[in-house]
Amino acid sequence: MTGPLTQGVSGTFEPPPVTAPGARAGGVLSSGAPVGDPATAWSRQRDSYPLVSPGNRRRFHVVVVGTGLAGAGAAAALGELGYRVTAFTYHDAPRRAHSVAAQGGINAARARRVDGDSLHRFVADTVKGGDFRGREAEAYRLGEESVRVIDHFSAIGTPFAREYGGVLSTRSFGGVQVSRTYYSRGQTGQQLQIAGTQALQRQIRAGTVRLHTRHEMLDLIVDDAGCHGVVVRDLVSGNLRAETAHAVVLATGGYGNVFHDSTLAVNSNASAVWRAHQRGALFASPSFVQFHPTALPKDTDWQAKTILMSESLRNDGRIWVPLHAGDDRPPGDIPDTERDYFLERRYPAFGNLVPRDVASRAITAEIRDGRGAGPRRNSVYLDFREALARDGRRKIAERYGNLFEMYSHATGEDPYTVPMRIAPTCHFTMGGLWSDYDLQTSIPGLFVGGECGWAYHGANRLGANSLLSASVDGWFTLPYSVPAHLAARLGEEPPDDDDEVVTTAVGRARARVDALLAVGGSTGPAHFHRELGEILYAGCGVTRTAEGLISAIGRIRDLRARFWSDLRVTGTGEHLNQVLELAGRTADYLELAELMCVDALDRDESCGAHFRDEHQTSGGEALRRDDHWRFASAWGSEGDDRGGPRSFTRHAEPLDFSAVELTTRDYR
Amino acid sequence: MRLTLRVWRQAGPEDNGRYVEYHVPDAEPEMSLLELLDSLNGRLLDDGVEPVAFDSDCREGICGSCGVTVDGRPHGPAENTPSCHQRLDTYSDGDTLRIEPMRTAVFPVIRDLVVDRSALDGIVEAGAHVSLPAGTAPDADATALGHDDAETALDLAACIGCGACVAACPNGSANLFVGAKLGHLALMPVASRERGSRAREMVRAADQEFGSCSLYGECSRVCPAGIPLRAIGMVNRERLRAVFRRS
Repeated sequence: MTGPLTQGVSGTFEPPPVTAPGARAGGVLSSGAPVGDPATAWSRQRDSYPLVSPGNRRRFHVVVVGTGLAGAGAAAALGELGYRVTAFTYHDAPRRAHSVAAQGGINAARARRVDGDSLHRFVADTVKGGDFRGREAEAYRLGEESVRVIDHFSAIGTPFAREYGGVLSTRSFGGVQVSRTYYSRGQTGQQLQIAGTQALQRQIRAGTVRLHTRHEMLDLIVDDAGCHGVVVRDLVSGNLRAETAHAVVLATGGYGNVFHDSTLAVNSNASAVWRAHQRGALFASPSFVQFHPTALPKDTDWQAKTILMSESLRNDGRIWVPLHAGDDRPPGDIPDTERDYFLERRYPAFGNLVPRDVASRAITAEIRDGRGAGPRRNSVYLDFREALARDGRRKIAERYGNLFEMYSHATGEDPYTVPMRIAPTCHFTMGGLWSDYDLQTSIPGLFVGGECGWAYHGANRLGANSLLSASVDGWFTLPYSVPAHLAARLGEEPPDDDDEVVTTAVGRARARVDALLAVGGSTGPAHFHRELGEILYAGCGVTRTAEGLISAIGRIRDLRARFWSDLRVTGTGEHLNQVLELAGRTADYLELAELMCVDALDRDESCGAHFRDEHQTSGGEALRRDDHWRFASAWGSEGDDRGGPRSFTRHAEPLDFSAVELTTRDYR
Repeated sequence: MRLTLRVWRQAGPEDNGRYVEYHVPDAEPEMSLLELLDSLNGRLLDDGVEPVAFDSDCREGICGSCGVTVDGRPHGPAENTPSCHQRLDTYSDGDTLRIEPMRTAVFPVIRDLVVDRSALDGIVEAGAHVSLPAGTAPDADATALGHDDAETALDLAACIGCGACVAACPNGSANLFVGAKLGHLALMPVASRERGSRAREMVRAADQEFGSCSLYGECSRVCPAGIPLRAIGMVNRERLRAVFRRS
């Protein structure tokens, strides 16, 4: 499957030996980006794409899985261009995708203000923020297309914050020293998602897009020629069926819920991408998982998830801990001289706005050293006292009002009078299905958009680049690159429903559902999911060690075996069955988690969100090893999907940086 | 604390449904209503009983998936609070909670507490969008929008589409939902250019499926997004305006 893409590139690149026990070395991958200046790569690529004439577009059928910012955008844009599109979401309405929950803002390299911003600066911040483990040419595309993303969403209904003169307002985010983040209070994701969904619904009304709600993708229809569609399950009736197409776009979000506790929605899952991986799509950088520094601490064991507070709060809130471990006084009683504003102390240039991985590690260290706040000593203070005194309650409420309200809903504490308590939690996955510069995976005809792909963010995503990457993928990349794939297929028809490749895929999906129902054990899937999360946090969390990862791999294998012998699923497959849904997703997490640990163990360096204790500077910062590890690991893995052993092959894509100098990240 | 739950169980749309009583011995006041259901479901599954089906996703009050009715009130006892943020601290040891789906004629029950709210999407599809092909938008800074108008638009755009307003209305009216959308888009510079046709289409769609508004005001009291009652007035304002103006 990966044959055509496994070829030698840029001269003499030779990846280091695979260090994870039992894993094998694979081939060398090429991004397929046009060679030469990355700043002009996207315009040159667009110029070279073959086109489909308007009259021929209706001959092509495209399936889009997921209706978040990337999926709704891709479906709407392709439908608008004249292609026949079928979209699937497991929600009851497309607007509920988890993009809706992003809070703080969306970046754009519009550089309208005179603060020194530029497209190049955006790219430099993004590439550096990602610790040089993402693709430079793709960061350029992200910045270039960001300009019209803002215009587009403003026109289709997103009420971005405005200055009194009527122009768009911006603010700053972690990892940058300019003001390039556009926002709608603390509900930017909701406003973009609703506008994007309504644009999708306009196409549904126009008849160019068919939408199936409460449908989950369970498998991929694939043969040596590429991807021919998906197998979906109607979650209400349990009915399994195939939807064949000329191309498939997966826009199914991140897999952070593998940790059980994460900022993701409780139904967010990895099944679609994991199915694609099992059918041959390579999985890039699976261990690059961002822990967000400003989430609410977990105060009880029965919480279903952790709740995020926007990073934008770090514009005005100051983070501190009591100077002395075990100081139990209420925060208001601790005088300034006995507070440690540790981010401002350690990173004077960026202060509280250091990137997320840096902040998360620093906060985790304070908590581990016993200076944590709150009943479980598992959080630090995010204090608005000074901002409230300086700007007044009204101004602060206008910037963050709904976040303050959400905080007091969730905790019962009033952040206008006592500091918030925050702690790092699993948030965004930078890893995902490997794709080339056209967002095509290693399976021809299978594309990815948004968080389920891997390319832009490297080892750490900068704040407000997530909504941007999903928007750019959906609205301004896939509508170019998917038609380029289709143009070569004029006259080809997707396979019929009784074709062997289709019946095989449907049969495989059915056998899997039956297998989950047939285990007949005594433990519900939620128990396994929670236990897996604990193993992963301990072994592959904010920091990692070889020893911890090896132990985690063993425990995951044991847990997987127990899952397949002791799982209990009540009910049948012929009705709405949420236990069955969770069982399928947990089974996938149990396989994905092992791959994450293998990747983290293999990558014997520290970079961004991947921090190996063995590799740090004397000051405790991440120590990259560019001589060995300046490439993206893209994994293939094999094994049955019933809990048996799996084997792993690491392919490598070398990463070249020509516009941004390879430097050590320093935010002091 | 010990709570007794009378939960609506319904195997499917064709089933008649009934209340089943369950006892939760170890509820905590800090728990949300949905975490209470999680804990009940964990116990049911351990006993080999099919858990109660209910919709929820983000558990942050923004996706609009969740929504159950507690003692006759959509989302539960606290005003302007979604089910996922309702806390049990208003209850005492030994209390009984009656939990049922969001009841209204246009939201048929799919299973247990899960209902079909697609009629709301029918209203959006009718006209809550902007005729603008990707890539053709004018410069957002060139289409100026005053600060206060942008803030008002955002107040109205905050609707999470949960459907509680409809379930709370004795008439089953969707006017709070429709008014919020019309009012928001009427303020946006590009979107406002098709106000007339949008109002005609959306109001027609709403009239077909939903009841009429008699200004009870229950909708605004349960709305988790705090959509103000004046949004209802925007339905009439936009409808009337559309009579006299084409666009």
